[in-house]
Amino acid sequence: MMSKPERRGLHRYVPRLLLAVPFLVVLWVPSYNRIEPQLGGIPFFYWYQLAWILLGAVFVLIVYAIERRLGREP
Amino acid sequence: MNVTATTIFVALFLLVTCLGFVAARWRKADLNLLHEWGLGGRRFGTVVTWFLLGGDLYTAYTFIAVPALVFGKGAMGFFAVPYTILIYPILYMVFPRLWAICHARGHVTAADFVRDRFDSRMLALAVAVTGIVATMPYIALQLVGMEVVIGALGFPSGGWIGHLPLIIAFLILAAFTYTSGLRAPALIAIVKDTLIFVTVIAAVIVIPAKLGGYGAIFAAVPKEKLILAPPSGDSLGAYSAYATLALGSALALFLYPHAMTGILSASSGDVVRRNAALLSAYSFVLGLIALLGYMALAAGVDKDPAYASGFSAYGSNFAVPALFLASFQPWFVGVAFAAIAIGALVPAAIMSIACANLFTRNLYKEFLRPGCTEAEEARMAKIVSLVVKVGAVVFILALPQAYAIQLQLLGGIWIIQLLPPILLGLYMRSINASALLIGWAVGIAAGTYMAATQSFASSVYPLGVLGVTIPGYAALYSVLLNFLIAVALTPVLDLTGRRGAASAAR
Repeated sequence: MMSKPERRGLHRYVPRLLLAVPFLVVLWVPSYNRIEPQLGGIPFFYWYQLAWILLGAVFVLIVYAIERRLGREP
Repeated sequence: MNVTATTIFVALFLLVTCLGFVAARWRKADLNLLHEWGLGGRRFGTVVTWFLLGGDLYTAYTFIAVPALVFGKGAMGFFAVPYTILIYPILYMVFPRLWAICHARGHVTAADFVRDRFDSRMLALAVAVTGIVATMPYIALQLVGMEVVIGALGFPSGGWIGHLPLIIAFLILAAFTYTSGLRAPALIAIVKDTLIFVTVIAAVIVIPAKLGGYGAIFAAVPKEKLILAPPSGDSLGAYSAYATLALGSALALFLYPHAMTGILSASSGDVVRRNAALLSAYSFVLGLIALLGYMALAAGVDKDPAYASGFSAYGSNFAVPALFLASFQPWFVGVAFAAIAIGALVPAAIMSIACANLFTRNLYKEFLRPGCTEAEEARMAKIVSLVVKVGAVVFILALPQAYAIQLQLLGGIWIIQLLPPILLGLYMRSINASALLIGWAVGIAAGTYMAATQSFASSVYPLGVLGVTIPGYAALYSVLLNFLIAVALTPVLDLTGRRGAASAAR
């Protein structure tokens, strides 16, 4: 194993960079301010953001799983 | 009056009243200790914390106001969705650490934490007062949510008799909060959240089926409301407003005292981490609730003469209650309205407890009665929780509702000013306490000024940068200024502070 629980320093925060993804996606408004493609009659603007609620949770879960495996921060 | 709906509504209300009092015996402990009464003994596991935080953050006012905003303003009102997407990464990154420090040091409030980290009574006072002042109008708005559904059940509105159901509901709330503390809203939240989930799932299945599917619903929405207006000329227009409202609201949320209380009552930092992923179930429900605004548009409830009096009394806040009345069987209207009314009780209880904790710990014990015993402390908090609720009722009955809405808007701008002391307290303790205090004061003043230029009707301020107008959430702009000042003044004040100490020693 590369990582040890007692390992210190900034690199133990590297998995958390994944959490920047929801910020970039959500704050880049022009990327989703459109009607097409629709999903079951729902414009893109709405279903895309609703989908990102779930994807955002997945990102948090992934980081949680990685950090659990690497060991807890002190 | 709608008899079936009212009967169901009252029955469910009685059920949670009983639960509220029974909660005192749940996980039995000495409720004469503040951390037992006001934090549930810090023993709530993943599931209870999920219900408690969900019940706490997704308030009755949210359920009424978010779809009302979408109903009235269209796509811009949907910013609540990106906002709730962003709160969870923030919760995950910052708050388990805060939980750990508060747990180890026995802190009950954010102001306790700041007092300890920076050894500054004045900074702690600023944090406590900001928390209380920002939360009071929020409690008052929970009453607005409750008033709308009570009105929709057909109770006579206006006058002393019209306010009676609301007063009774709040007396009940005050009584069980006093006896059971945080255990009461934690237990009631389980009922509240279940009812909300059932109502929303029914709504997103039954109502579109009646209206001809989601395609037909969105087709009924005027084109200019459906997406944000693209920027034109020298202004970033709706884009920057939408993004900054989402980010600013997300940064502010967990600084509210009631959110902090919910987090600190968890039994471990891991409970907080897990909930950072699991709580998004509520965000999804909130997103569906936002769409109810369009369903109300498509159903044309605002043009139905049956609901004209409701809309004239409550404005677009009546959109969702009218939609439910038009779409559901009377018994299920009772369930749905009970969900909203009970949805007001849970946050109102937690908010009043959080204010009581702040007042007792950081004003009463710190400045008025430093030597008070633990039992005195808990008794004081219980009394303050009553005072806070009476204040909220008087506020909503005696003043125009617009004041509560404007104050809540200002509350968001004020509460975000606690971000530098709390965030820097977690990661950069070398920052100067006086610099933080000056940053806080400038942030409050600048944010309030920005809202004042919009006549307190909007919190979006058109900031001009190099000839480009960037309309954005005043809270975010003012907290940036707050951060800059705290960081820039730290070396200056550290230096003069050392000189002062040196000359005093001489």
